[in-house]
Amino acid sequence: MNPETTKTMRDVLIEDIYKKMSGNERIFFLSADFGAPALDNLRRDFSDRFINVGIAEQNLVNISVGLALENYIVYAYAIAPFLTMRAYEQIRLNLSIATQIRPVNVNLVGVGAGVSYDVAGPTHHSLEDISLMRILPNMTVFSPSDWKLVEKFIDYSIDKKTPKYFRLDGKPLPSIYENINDLDFEKGFYELVNPPTGGPPTGGQKICLVSTGYPTQSALKAAKEINGVGVIDVFILKPLNEKLLFEALKKYDWIITLEEGFINNGGLDSLISKILYDNQSNIKLKRLGFTDKHIFDLGDRNYLHKLNDLDEESIINIIQNLKTA
Amino acid sequence: MENSNQEKSDFISFLKEKALWVRKETLNIHGIAPGTRLASSLSDVEIFVALYYGGILRFNPKDVYAEDRDRFIISKGHGAISLYPILADLDFFDKNELLKVSQPGSFLSDIPDNRIPGFETINGALGHGLGVASGIALGLKRKDSNAKVFVLMGDGELCEGAVWEALMFSGQHKLNNLILIIDNNKISMLDCCKNIIDLEPLEEKFSVFKWKAERIDGHDVGMVYQSLKNLKSDKGEYPKVLIADTIKGKGVQQLENNTLCHIKVLKKEEIIEAIKKLQ
Repeated sequence: MNPETTKTMRDVLIEDIYKKMSGNERIFFLSADFGAPALDNLRRDFSDRFINVGIAEQNLVNISVGLALENYIVYAYAIAPFLTMRAYEQIRLNLSIATQIRPVNVNLVGVGAGVSYDVAGPTHHSLEDISLMRILPNMTVFSPSDWKLVEKFIDYSIDKKTPKYFRLDGKPLPSIYENINDLDFEKGFYELVNPPTGGPPTGGQKICLVSTGYPTQSALKAAKEINGVGVIDVFILKPLNEKLLFEALKKYDWIITLEEGFINNGGLDSLISKILYDNQSNIKLKRLGFTDKHIFDLGDRNYLHKLNDLDEESIINIIQNLKTA
Repeated sequence: MENSNQEKSDFISFLKEKALWVRKETLNIHGIAPGTRLASSLSDVEIFVALYYGGILRFNPKDVYAEDRDRFIISKGHGAISLYPILADLDFFDKNELLKVSQPGSFLSDIPDNRIPGFETINGALGHGLGVASGIALGLKRKDSNAKVFVLMGDGELCEGAVWEALMFSGQHKLNNLILIIDNNKISMLDCCKNIIDLEPLEEKFSVFKWKAERIDGHDVGMVYQSLKNLKSDKGEYPKVLIADTIKGKGVQQLENNTLCHIKVLKKEEIIEAIKKLQ
């Protein structure tokens, strides 16, 4: 891990929003009493447009909607599971339903994707949020795997007058995107590692790791160990270009989905499964993530990942088994 | 209007006539759309009439999102069927639409939504209006706008926790451009509110959260008008609440003081009879 390219997504977001707030008086930043080192400058220098609503996520969303109805661009910042689940009806009513008639620009910024808050336990894990946000009409769901994507998404989020959910990791992570300029947020995904040309190198199965958020970091490491494995990072879970995604998927025999969320319940795996089904594809699908149980096991993130086959070593083993199957 | 007693009395008579007409029209709509919450839409008639015909609310039917309009958030969405005839009368939409409520192709439903010209938000789910209104009020203050934010909420809705998050917020942030009206009809779906969660005395609840509270008879349209007028021009630094004591189902015998009137549906002949008896 190169410390120079390692950053926390929330700090990148806040530092960038700080710069935008200097030039754009329409931007508000609201927090449900949740901080970050980078937030201290913003709180000090924009005291009229930074508001701490208190530990009150429901009100955080409703106040944000009110401001946005007055044509402000609002970032509403809180811990991911509390933002998405405590305030679910506020999000459903005032962001999903109401914006179908009257669009607003509210950006829900949830920090602590998946098991970023590993040892804090199940209350602070966010394993349902992908499914919950993805099911809501009119919502954009942004799930970045590195901080460069976050930085790139800010301009897009200011311009696009829709409700959005930012699913940000809680831990410092290295950057994985090198060429950030040809990213397309309407397309929603990026082929980080392309498939080998001219057939599988070992005569076995052509395999692709399709991942969102932090697991893309592990997927990339695993792909470096095994030649000929593709990696696709899905950074917009909704809306995305399903047609183009299928074009990318159909080069493979096997798709392995990876996500820090409950599988078989509407997450990335369900999205990929649906795309394969819609295209009457014979491509086989393996889903990696968390099964239907909350996690009381204590240990760091890698330990929790090992228990659930999401760590680099497990991914490599699974690929090896599939290749020779 | 207040230069002479005669003018004032004529004006109050005009508001009373409007209230009577609104009740009749609301009953007619209920005949077309029996799923409308009639009783809830009869307790707030004088409030709507004072706001729209009393010149309290600044609005523009031809430019519903005009920047200088007062914002009116109707948190008790289900109880706003009585606003349909008023909005039609004031040219927000065609009067013929009133004959199509909840029919295929109509935009007027049992519970109003923000497609309807004049409705800022959708509030079928309760307890959201005050929070959104507080955000609007804050936004208007930051713009140095003179526009006010009015909110209509039912007393049953006060059981929703998010209401109190918003009450605390708007008191703390001194949102003195925010005027909340409680349609205090004292009955929610299954019972009298006091038998469920007794929140009286309401004024005290509000004042400890830094709100200025006033209580009036919500069916005395002259009083509703005068109180709203005073509150709108009140320069105090905190948000204001008008507790309007009302009767759920006001004007209709089968509904008044019936604790289960919330979902009571009147038959066609009962509606005709009720309209005759209205005064």
